[in-house]
Amino acid sequence: MAEQLRMVEAVRETLRTELGRDDDVVVYGEDVARAGGVFRATEGLVDDYPERVFDAPVAESGIVGIGVGLAATGLRPVPEIQFQSFLYQGFHQLAQHVARIRSRTRGTITCPMTIRTPYGGGIHALELHSESFEAGFSHVPGLKVVIPSSPAETKGLLTAAVRDPDPVVFMEPTRLYRSFREEVPEHHEIPLGEARVVDSGDDVTVIAWGSMLREALEAVEDVGASAEVIDPRTLSPLDTATIVDSVKKTGRCVVVHEAPRTAGLAGEITARINEEAFFYLEAPLERVTGYDVPVPMFAREDDYLPDSERIAAGVHRALDDG
Amino acid sequence: MPREDIAQFTIRSVQVLSEEEDVDEELVPSLTDDQLLALYEQMKRSRRLDERAIALQRRGELGTYAPAIGQEAAQVGSAFAMADGDWIVPSFREQSALLARGTPPHKILWYAMGMEEGAEIPGGEGAFPPSIPVGTQPLHAVGIGWGEALQGRSNVAVTYFGDGATSEGDVYEALNIAGVYDAQTVFVCQNNRYAISTRLQNQTAAETLAQKAVAAGIEGIRVDGNDVLGVYRVARDAIEKARNGTPVLIEAMTYRRSMHTTSDDPSVYREADEEVEWEARDPIVRFQVYLEDRGILDEETKSELDDRIESEIAEAIDRAREGGEDIDPADMFRYTYDEMTPELERQFEAFEGDVDG
Repeated sequence: MAEQLRMVEAVRETLRTELGRDDDVVVYGEDVARAGGVFRATEGLVDDYPERVFDAPVAESGIVGIGVGLAATGLRPVPEIQFQSFLYQGFHQLAQHVARIRSRTRGTITCPMTIRTPYGGGIHALELHSESFEAGFSHVPGLKVVIPSSPAETKGLLTAAVRDPDPVVFMEPTRLYRSFREEVPEHHEIPLGEARVVDSGDDVTVIAWGSMLREALEAVEDVGASAEVIDPRTLSPLDTATIVDSVKKTGRCVVVHEAPRTAGLAGEITARINEEAFFYLEAPLERVTGYDVPVPMFAREDDYLPDSERIAAGVHRALDDG
Repeated sequence: MPREDIAQFTIRSVQVLSEEEDVDEELVPSLTDDQLLALYEQMKRSRRLDERAIALQRRGELGTYAPAIGQEAAQVGSAFAMADGDWIVPSFREQSALLARGTPPHKILWYAMGMEEGAEIPGGEGAFPPSIPVGTQPLHAVGIGWGEALQGRSNVAVTYFGDGATSEGDVYEALNIAGVYDAQTVFVCQNNRYAISTRLQNQTAAETLAQKAVAAGIEGIRVDGNDVLGVYRVARDAIEKARNGTPVLIEAMTYRRSMHTTSDDPSVYREADEEVEWEARDPIVRFQVYLEDRGILDEETKSELDDRIESEIAEAIDRAREGGEDIDPADMFRYTYDEMTPELERQFEAFEGDVDG
């Protein structure tokens, strides 16, 4: 039965379902058991599954690294890294082992691990609690990178991530954890690697994910153009076909992300559009992104993050009607 | 206010067969003559593989190779104490242990020939491939040791690393997490006195590496790593403890008699006298005298064994060369994900197109 849930509740209910469905699923991380996670995303799970939900020592490299071993014994580790920028402490385990173990052993050892981690700005959190490193994770072959943009999407994508045979970095936008409720079906799986056309239109394609999707939707409404809004949902592997088909139709495109611009995913997405839809383009491809600065502390956070106004300006530039 | 000492620790050091061939009869493990000969043969096999591999590398047939010469007792003694179903999680110098656990020698050569085929698990389970980034793999052994426990199985993970690795944060994280989760894990630290060129006193101010276990709340013990009987005894006890949820760190005192890798020249940072001194303390020689003194090893057995090893290694080299000739470059696309991603498929098609001309 479908329920009205917030994103953080959708995370919790998905984990509950997967723990119940598959005895191999193990949930662990800092403060995830007794406290239910700092965002309460795992609240109550330890009561139902005390033998498979664990608090972990404060050791992010350890949390990621032991996942390689857990998976080798046949388990499906679903650790939480408390904030995405703390995953930098485990990045070497991700790049050196998690992502490579399948290819270096020619498939004899695999790592079906889903690392959940809250990310992104907009909640006035402490320094280094607001990064968006999806481009960095996407640059590591062997990993999949997924970002949901709503409670129902969270259910469908997290279900697919936990069941996926490959390692997934599942980035949850903290700003959306409690921002709105949505009907979430009890059983829902969205295949990884498939983008969602959120809104159909003919004049311009706008691509955004995570909390930027809502800003983008607001922006196109403000502009009043017939925009096709696409949420890639899976950043790696990227659904190039859906994006390219849309741009072939509209001839114009704006890519939005809150991560810094240089070497961000907008660069990759626009490159792919250039490769496959160049002769359909009617205007230069636009990027609306965070600036190339360390994500500032929260007093300046709102000035750093792209918002509907900046996105609207980008859409106007793409439409060449500004 | 009361003042009291609230924590003390001691580190035990064990030796069963001394350099002078004295035996601690209380600790000597009860092994059959066949088992004793097997220990000896495993050490010799590893030594010979290393010698041949260094020569092959010098001729350009292998890439960089890290010999285990001098460390055979520390590795074979501990690997010999493992049981079916146990996991070995090695660093990059563990051919002695891997061979003892059943990895065929041609796979070790394949790895040194730059082929992933050499990192496939032999027989499908029980061994991790070499880990190049120093000190990262003990965490995998903790995950295995915990994962086996969570699933109600008694299998143990034995992981190997060196003295230099104990400076890595991951090694401390591994020891600590193992203690928290009662992981069925044994940590074998081969203190071979050198991390490439860096001596232990430049690595840590700690008096022993075994005591690193104390801070993590797990057991630590030191053993003469050139005493294969001592290593076996200590490892057997540690593995039994780990099987029951008590992780143990073993510091095996040994000496890297050869180069760090074939790219290294130890004469830059250590005296030849030191190497000569350790040649006399070689673990294979010590054990050979023990076997000879007890009539377990005679000249005939020794030459049979040497011939067998020689032909096995020669066959392994032939097999490695043959395997190296027909590698399929497309495999790099096939094994990155369970299913090739659309973008990877595009790149694969382009690659095939390029290859086809």
